[in-house]
Amino acid sequence: MSLDLIVNGQARHVAAAPTTPLLDVLRNELDLKGTRYGCGLEQCGSCMVLVDGEPVFACAREAGTCAGKRIETVESLADHPLRAAFLDEQAGQCGYCLSGILMSAKALLDRTPHPTRAQIVEALEPHLCRCGTQSRILRAVERAAAALPEGAQRLGAMS
Amino acid sequence: MSATTLPLSFVNNPSPARWLRFDPDRLLHLAVGKVEIGQGILTALTQIAAEELDVPMDRIRVLSGDTDAAPDEGATTSSLSIEVGGGSLRLIAAEARARMLDRIAQRLNCAPAEIEIREGAFFRGGAPTGQDYWSLAHEVDLVRPAAGNAAPKPRTAYRVVGQPVRRVDLPAKVSGAAFVHDLVRPDMLHARMLRQPARGARLAALDEAAIRRAAGGELRILRLGNFVALLSADETVAQRAAVAAPAHARWENMRAIVPEQQEAAWLVGKPSNDQIVGDPLPAASGKVMEASYSRPYVAHASIGPSCALAEMRGGHLSVWSHTQGVYPLRAALARVLGVGAETISVHHAQGPGCYGHNGADDAALDAALIAREIPDHCIRLQWRREEEFGYEPLGSAMAITVRAVLDDAGRPIDWTQEVWSGSHVQRPAMGGNLLAHEALPTPAPDPRPTDPSEAAGGGGTRNGIPHYAIPARRVLHHLVPVTPVRTSALRGLGALPNVFAIECFLDELAARIGADPVAYRLSLLDGRPRAARVIARAAEMAGWSGRGKGGEGHGFGIGFAQYKNRSAYAAVVVEVEVDREVRLKRVWCAADAGLVVNPDGARNQLEGGILQAASYTLKERITFDATGVSSVDWASYPILRFSEVPDIACELIAADEERSLGMGECTFGPTAAAIGNAVAHALGARIRDMPFTRERVASVLLGG
Repeated sequence: MSLDLIVNGQARHVAAAPTTPLLDVLRNELDLKGTRYGCGLEQCGSCMVLVDGEPVFACAREAGTCAGKRIETVESLADHPLRAAFLDEQAGQCGYCLSGILMSAKALLDRTPHPTRAQIVEALEPHLCRCGTQSRILRAVERAAAALPEGAQRLGAMS
Repeated sequence: MSATTLPLSFVNNPSPARWLRFDPDRLLHLAVGKVEIGQGILTALTQIAAEELDVPMDRIRVLSGDTDAAPDEGATTSSLSIEVGGGSLRLIAAEARARMLDRIAQRLNCAPAEIEIREGAFFRGGAPTGQDYWSLAHEVDLVRPAAGNAAPKPRTAYRVVGQPVRRVDLPAKVSGAAFVHDLVRPDMLHARMLRQPARGARLAALDEAAIRRAAGGELRILRLGNFVALLSADETVAQRAAVAAPAHARWENMRAIVPEQQEAAWLVGKPSNDQIVGDPLPAASGKVMEASYSRPYVAHASIGPSCALAEMRGGHLSVWSHTQGVYPLRAALARVLGVGAETISVHHAQGPGCYGHNGADDAALDAALIAREIPDHCIRLQWRREEEFGYEPLGSAMAITVRAVLDDAGRPIDWTQEVWSGSHVQRPAMGGNLLAHEALPTPAPDPRPTDPSEAAGGGGTRNGIPHYAIPARRVLHHLVPVTPVRTSALRGLGALPNVFAIECFLDELAARIGADPVAYRLSLLDGRPRAARVIARAAEMAGWSGRGKGGEGHGFGIGFAQYKNRSAYAAVVVEVEVDREVRLKRVWCAADAGLVVNPDGARNQLEGGILQAASYTLKERITFDATGVSSVDWASYPILRFSEVPDIACELIAADEERSLGMGECTFGPTAAAIGNAVAHALGARIRDMPFTRERVASVLLGG
């Protein structure tokens, strides 16, 4: 059994059953450890990735349903303003929740380059942070939005 | 500095070579025993070493928590890492610097004071000497124990300590692998547990065929008495087996629990070990006021369930764990496995924030037991979410009655805080058991629940003595040793419930005589200027004088404590709106932590403590059903979400001339109390039991 996936812009062939959770495929078959196991219940957001630009809980999503779709993980954000903004704001303590939050923030900025505070809160509402760094995270997303090059992001969302 | 005042980590590890090394890679390698749990300690310790040795931060690497290569500093607990770990490292670094300077001075035939250090290199009269730490390292004995008398730099010369340096660990955490969960080792087997539902439960039947069918792949089932592990090279298979397994196991000797036991009130009057801390009874006579407060059992609720790796190779066991203490864990593992500690290495690897004693150590024993049975593989043991909620040690419920004798002016002259609580520390070194030990063919003896000593800050008694100038103050402590669930250290131990009770009761006393809560507190702080200063500043930040009369669903409240009555001071003011539920609007905090090594890291801790304490106060409670904890997911154990986060302003009061005070837990009690007082201000009626659920709000509004 095997799967063909497009992960962070690369075509990947994976020897796994289509029913395997996307989380397990990313972490164990593709060694993308930034996507994290938190609950397996779609309740905490630690495992959030983007599938065709939409936030998806990787813990409960069968990988086979993502065949041929564009999958994005935190590892793809190396040059994205979000990563720098989170470090500039020191938006984290333990950091376990951050990769999922970064992906939901990415989806938001792709769609809404200059979101209001309320829109950011709404986009991050599926995510839990236990250390209490939410205020910094909200500021970091605002900072990243301010750093986005004008006009470039909507193109990214549609590509 | 006399030997009696040297910090413990220094006393236990006086050889500088145990802490630091100048290697041919031209880096300074630090080894420390305090570990990163999200609080930023590795960054702060790097700053301290960089400062004392004048080595740039980017040329320093830190190894933390390693029984092979790092000093034994016990566990990373009680907001002591800057006070004790940082204080020790500062003395060690000063000693290493002095020895290096002695050596270069000897070579150059000059006085050590003539040498200046820039970026690790030695200069004399402003000119390079061509020598640096690394070129001299082989000539200087750093093994010889230090006496602790090398003078650290004067604080006026600080350039790195006191700066908001960026966290050294965060870049990895926003880009990929960063945690123990992410380690990959050769010959790895993924493991999950089928847990004994309660201590003493016996596995009567296990339908292994049904579990294998559910697993859908190659599965190994390992049984040792009532310890059952499910193993596969394929993590998906192991996880599916674990999800299915409970339905295919039949247990006997199950203990019955009733939901009433989840309430703090259940503890009152149970058999207890009693002590009086503080001033003796009898209390003074006069007008007596009394009120009772409570908090239920609560969870650490780390975002990532516990994980550990273990492998047995050539008779030596290696363990990777997000434990708070590698040496205490090694000792506990050695006891359970019946081997010498020297046959075990424990390496710290970072995990999700723990906020105290969660499942990390238990997961390490799970992995170690499996590794012993299946050598030459790396066992990666991952707890499930339901397992973390269901089996981690909980923060104990507490029922507190405060009784004050008042003088004619309505001020307390005698204060009794009567506390009913389970244990606040059942680490293996303190009377507790590692979880799986109880499932083995020769199970662990019953735990002997105890509490930290008063010298260690107390447990149920922590912050039970009000900081205020009251002539007589005491805690009547009832430690209930047998609780329905295992309890242990959770951030601040008894401090949050105790400060909640003290500070809410103070507001009730102030209201009795129509006094302003801030003014009333300040009148009780004779000779305590640092406390008065944070209270006054927090009130000023919040515009307290304009807070209004309250009573119309909008209120302000204040809370204060000096953590453990010996660490950082914090005052918190919150603004709430209450209709059917409590909504936090804004929070202001002023804190005094003495010399602050990293102000941004410290503010992060203040903010995080405020939000976590708000979550406990407003939302959190463990529930029980007939078999144990029934709140085993985020739907049944909700915590604060993004939409519930208030605006927060925190200010550190400059006190660089004072010694550093541990501050990671200092906002916990004050926040809970400030919420309690703000809700009372908003409603004109008081909720005394946490959490402040919609039902409790409705109940006080209806006069219940």
